[in-house]
Amino acid sequence: MSAESHEVHHDGEHETMTKGRIWKVFFILLGITIIEFIIALVCVPRNILPIQYANPVYIVLTLFKAFYIVAYFMHLKFEKLGLVLSLAIPVIFIVGLILVLTNESHHWVDLRFPL
Amino acid sequence: MSTTVSQIDEVKTSPWSGGRSPFNVEYGKIMMWFFLLSDAFTFSSLLIAYGSLRFSASVWPGADKVFQSVPGLVDHGYPLVFVGIMTFILIASSVTMVLAVEAGHRNAKKEVVGWMIATIIGGFMFLGCQALEWGHLHHEGFWWGSVPPAEELKKLFTGGSEAVQHMTSQEFANLFFTITGFHGFHVFTGVIINIIITVNVLLGTYEKRGSYLMVEKVGLYWHFVDLVWVFVFTFFYLV
Repeated sequence: MSAESHEVHHDGEHETMTKGRIWKVFFILLGITIIEFIIALVCVPRNILPIQYANPVYIVLTLFKAFYIVAYFMHLKFEKLGLVLSLAIPVIFIVGLILVLTNESHHWVDLRFPL
Repeated sequence: MSTTVSQIDEVKTSPWSGGRSPFNVEYGKIMMWFFLLSDAFTFSSLLIAYGSLRFSASVWPGADKVFQSVPGLVDHGYPLVFVGIMTFILIASSVTMVLAVEAGHRNAKKEVVGWMIATIIGGFMFLGCQALEWGHLHHEGFWWGSVPPAEELKKLFTGGSEAVQHMTSQEFANLFFTITGFHGFHVFTGVIINIIITVNVLLGTYEKRGSYLMVEKVGLYWHFVDLVWVFVFTFFYLV
């Protein structure tokens, strides 16, 4: 088993995470977080960006961070397409639950706060 | 008898013909990936439940008003500073983890140990910060099933009656402690697993095995914990 895993391990080594790339991704993640803080601490309180527009921006920036973590830190970008798809496609269930419950919860307002 | 092999009996060599991993990934690593996928479902369910309760509430305690202390330094007036420190610690410990994996590829035992220890320290620092954060909120009166008195709650809201403020604060407290608690539990188990792996590295287990794949597998788990925190941070502290 160890010989096999060793072989597997070396197959993908031609394109992988180098030290330079690791630090690049770190600074991207740090930069995105700093942008989020600037929005939360400067733009929203001073009304440069109203909160209803800031929220989608936060979510898009969060998804960017998630992409960088999964693709580079978790190495998924360098795996076989079959593995990527078998992990990415089930995420549709999460998207489905978000769509169902955010839509549904708008109707709960009338049930929970009848006054 | 003919010696030619009929087409159906030929040994196939394509990736999906069996006899080898079509994903070109070792078994344990695939299983770690699918465990993390199921864990992602659990965390999404919790976060989506939080989202739908918040969407269906007419008012909600403002995150910049609830979280504005740096425990041990200042009590209020610095929104998001402390959670910023926590986020930085977790991202930094993710980087040290990926550096440990990179060192493992080169079979550099000493470097793997060094980066693993840095990751463990980062994990403990994060847990310590979370304990301070929980302690602070608990001191203010937030806990599962309890919220601060009405005159204190008023400061966290921009509207709504006292009864509604009480109700949504209670929902906020329950969800906050449940979700960050579940995440903190993952960080804690991650630290424990990291310690076990570091001891194994020191004992030379992976050196004998010829590969540091186990470091990659716990690395996946550790990055997943970071990934979840990115979402918890956005939905509890920013939105």
